[in-house]
Amino acid sequence: MSLRVVDNSHSEATHKRNPGFPLDLDWVERIRMNRSALERRAGTIGTRRTVKKDYQLAWLLKAITLIDLTTLNSDDTDGRVERLCAKAHHPLRQDILDRLDVGSLRILPGAVCVYHNFVKTAVTALDGTGIPVAAVSTAFPHGLAPVETKLREIELSVADGAKEIDIVIERGMVLRGDWQALYDQVQAFRKACGDAHIKTILGTGELATQTNIAKASLVCMLAGADFIKTSTGKEKVNANLVTSLTMIRMIRWFAEETGIEIGYKPAGGIATAGDAIKYMALMKEELGTNWLQPHLFRFGASSLLTDIERQLEHGLTGHYAADYRQPMV
Amino acid sequence: MRAEEIEMNKIAQIFQSLDYGPAPEGPDQANAWLDSHGRKFGHFIDGKWTKPGKTFASDNPATSQKLADITDGTAADVDKAVKAARSAFKSWSALSGYERGKYLYAIARAIQKHSRLFAVLETMDNGKPIRESRDIDIPLVARHFYHHAGWAQHLSREFPDAVPYGVCGQIIPWNFPLLMLAWKIAPALAAGNTVVLKPAEFTSLTALLFAEICERAGLPKGVVNIVTGEGDTGAAIVNHPDIDKIAFTGSTEVGKIIRQATAGSGKGLSLELGGKSPYIVFEDADIDSAIEGLVDAIWFNQGQVCCAGSRLLVQESIETRFIAKLKKRMSTLRVGDPLDKSVDIGALVAPVQVERIRDLMQRGTKEGAVIYEPDGELPGGTCFLKPVLVTNVSPANTLVAEEIFGPVLVAMSFRTPEEAVALANNTKYGLAATIWSENINLALDIAPRIKAGVVWINGTNNFDAAVGFGGYKESGFGREGGREGMSAYLKPAWEKNLKPASKSSPHGEAGAPAILEPRGRGTNPLDTAHLDQTAKMYIGGKQARPDSGYSRPVLDPSSKLVGEVGVGNRKDIRNAVEAARAASGWSTSAAHTRAQILYFLAENLDYRRDEFAARLKAQTGQDGAEEVALSVERLFAFAGWADKYDGAIHNPPQRMVAAAMVEPLGVMGIVAPQSRPLLGSIALLAPALAMGNTVVLVPSANSPLSVTDLYQVLETSDVPSGVVNIVTGDGVTLAKTLAEHDGVDALWFAGTAEASAMVERASAGNVKQTWTTRGLAYDLADRRFEGDYFLAKATQVKNVWIPYGA
Repeated sequence: MSLRVVDNSHSEATHKRNPGFPLDLDWVERIRMNRSALERRAGTIGTRRTVKKDYQLAWLLKAITLIDLTTLNSDDTDGRVERLCAKAHHPLRQDILDRLDVGSLRILPGAVCVYHNFVKTAVTALDGTGIPVAAVSTAFPHGLAPVETKLREIELSVADGAKEIDIVIERGMVLRGDWQALYDQVQAFRKACGDAHIKTILGTGELATQTNIAKASLVCMLAGADFIKTSTGKEKVNANLVTSLTMIRMIRWFAEETGIEIGYKPAGGIATAGDAIKYMALMKEELGTNWLQPHLFRFGASSLLTDIERQLEHGLTGHYAADYRQPMV
Repeated sequence: MRAEEIEMNKIAQIFQSLDYGPAPEGPDQANAWLDSHGRKFGHFIDGKWTKPGKTFASDNPATSQKLADITDGTAADVDKAVKAARSAFKSWSALSGYERGKYLYAIARAIQKHSRLFAVLETMDNGKPIRESRDIDIPLVARHFYHHAGWAQHLSREFPDAVPYGVCGQIIPWNFPLLMLAWKIAPALAAGNTVVLKPAEFTSLTALLFAEICERAGLPKGVVNIVTGEGDTGAAIVNHPDIDKIAFTGSTEVGKIIRQATAGSGKGLSLELGGKSPYIVFEDADIDSAIEGLVDAIWFNQGQVCCAGSRLLVQESIETRFIAKLKKRMSTLRVGDPLDKSVDIGALVAPVQVERIRDLMQRGTKEGAVIYEPDGELPGGTCFLKPVLVTNVSPANTLVAEEIFGPVLVAMSFRTPEEAVALANNTKYGLAATIWSENINLALDIAPRIKAGVVWINGTNNFDAAVGFGGYKESGFGREGGREGMSAYLKPAWEKNLKPASKSSPHGEAGAPAILEPRGRGTNPLDTAHLDQTAKMYIGGKQARPDSGYSRPVLDPSSKLVGEVGVGNRKDIRNAVEAARAASGWSTSAAHTRAQILYFLAENLDYRRDEFAARLKAQTGQDGAEEVALSVERLFAFAGWADKYDGAIHNPPQRMVAAAMVEPLGVMGIVAPQSRPLLGSIALLAPALAMGNTVVLVPSANSPLSVTDLYQVLETSDVPSGVVNIVTGDGVTLAKTLAEHDGVDALWFAGTAEASAMVERASAGNVKQTWTTRGLAYDLADRRFEGDYFLAKATQVKNVWIPYGA
């Protein structure tokens, strides 16, 4: 069968970046989020949608391209980051790729995500792969440093070659309802990023309510965020489907009002192929298939890749696979 | 655009499209079970499978393929089943509650053990998506049996002096085949009844599998009998003389037929009928969640849900945005093979239903409705419909008024909370309602004002065994689930000892012809010593002359004239009902206020006790002092109840509470007994008033003066106008008008068996709740009547589901 295939970089090329908008506090106050109803929807997405056989394999391959392969540990070293980058370059065992017969597809993770100190290492290691380097920034994970320090950190990461900057917001601003301060700071971060895309980490596990999460999402988008992201992975509560639903519904509303498509990145705790499918189904149902592209959706994860590899191998062989047989992340 | 021609394998194509693809649940085990029965079934009677008789085919609506042949039960089959149930009743009801509970527990366990088989079989037989049968229907079935295992054990403590009915005939619909079976059988068995159940002809299979489960659980033979069949089989159950109670879930049309058929039979009756439930979205709602709720409301089970939120009422300020978002949401609903795990809308139950819905939509379109369906192809097969949104309609449109029982949502807008309530209640049905608002003040203001048995706030189609379910108005009466549901399968032990009332007994009957020939002017001191007294009707707080312009004499036992009263007719009843409806503020007045007024009424009656005693003596020839004292005491009793007979908070498994609110029925007709001219009226009036009903009272026809004397007492006691309306005249004639009046919500009638049957039959028109004495001697002086017996009959339970979570 001969098919006209649209290269998956096309949408990204025509994607319009978020130019930022004035802070609209009336809009912020109009937000209503009903936790029980959100939980009901989020709780049934995995029972309403499932993919099997070839569909599951294809979805999992897509999931790989949506991963920000991440290492954010205090004991990271250049060696550890280089190993991560090598895995990013070859996310799947060649024999699995061969058997799937998908040589025409570019199966590489969305980005490699590291601390500032390893941006250069990663950029060098990924040279020629086209995989962007993302840097967590602005005093990750807490964000409680002088704003001058935080802006400088962004500039340095960009200078080192980071194409994406994952900033953290000050959770206290949300809890105090100081939307102007949040807006001003994110806007300043956005400016410091320049051409690098900015992902705003909300630290949702520390924002107390879905309404707070929704309001913080909107303020970040108005301030110019390209992506909104759930968690640093360091909070007690990481990404989950309920919080995700809250955030992607704000993305949808923002797109309805402004025409601007904002990306979504759940991070922390997403470790299984089954989880990945649920998140993808939620995105597809609430935002549409268009949003299942690397410039609009990322998983912040690392062990997820290994589980996807195992599931792909199982899908091909019918045998359950063991993680030690997949090259480690 | 950068594109290239390349050969792609299937996975690469899906990588681009990210379609869901098929995800079918396997039918093999269900097919194997059908094969093990040779795909031909008899009935399950007395613990045994009968040989298949004349059969009809049961098809898979998704594929039109025949699944099995089902026996069409005859009257003889039903009789055999009733005999089996009757002979099993004695020992089953004699078992300890704990023993019965253990059987229910075993059934719950067995359903869980075979849950997937039940789910797949249900989906094949009914067409509902496997997600629903697997995640909703079957788990709720198991939950229902678990819950009722507990009720069985605690029955004697929680329902002292109650006994089971005996043999229950149960007729269930095809939309939730096994779940409706569970709702019927679990409480019946827990209470000690035995059952003859007929599943709907489209969907008999899970009931037959259930019978097998009962067999394996060692349930004593005859306790559960399953007789399959069509309408005639159901009629044979309804009309069987040895059945003590009928429980029916199905259409309002058939419900009314059953009400008529059982009239006068003395059979217990609970009806769970149709609905056209409002789904109200206020401007301060979480709009996206409200839209998602609609998916669970009207596109759950293809919309074939009696409590489906099928009438969308959305506040005008958000209407445009809401409808646009809703249309977008509809486009992602997946219609297809019900066994597919990623399907939202499966097959409707049968081609005849699809035709019916298409016809209704055509009618609605002719009347101006605009139909919206999302793009996309339907799967092959005759039983699939797309989700439908109907706009440009008003309450006058057929699609708004009629229960469609399909995936069709009608949308209208409202401007104010008052208008939302008015539109919501603008229906003959009253099963359920949904309210979306993030303002708890608003939501909890609206919930009590909607005439429906179930109200869901910020959610929809929540069900739980601990929470009663059932309707107001033409959606039926009786509750299923929880304490309310248990009481529908129990009756007071003393009822079976009631003796027939004789005309000479002190509990004589309305309908006994009044002796209208006076033997000369009476010598009642009240008449001779005072100015002439004219007893008129009492309507809307005013004394009104009878429309007829006729009066009838009131005689003492020696046929001497003691006074005259107006002859009430249809128009007097009409006026009285108007007045009673206009006084509905009584229902929302504080219980304390109602208590105060009833206490005051008692006080003022007591103040005039001698006068009332004398009047009683004049009419009946008997000393009236005791009756007056009892009447005062009864008013005092129900004044005390007014602020105590209240609801409960249920705890369903979800993070929410269900507030079981006790609400009045509305406008009640009360036709008092002939005997005890004062107490007979007070004993029925007091509980009705205490619970917030407004009343049209027809006093004893022969001795009405004790009640017409009450006008002044009512007025001096601050009873608001229209709360009590009194029409004198012939009890049976007036009862018929009351029974046929659509504005009367319930009717209590003391009278002969024949007249009681008439009342029950005539009450079918708007599915009134009735209480009749059926010619039996209810001694209303008995203190058993100063408690919950009449309170329960004067009220209905509304369950308001309130989720919470910051």
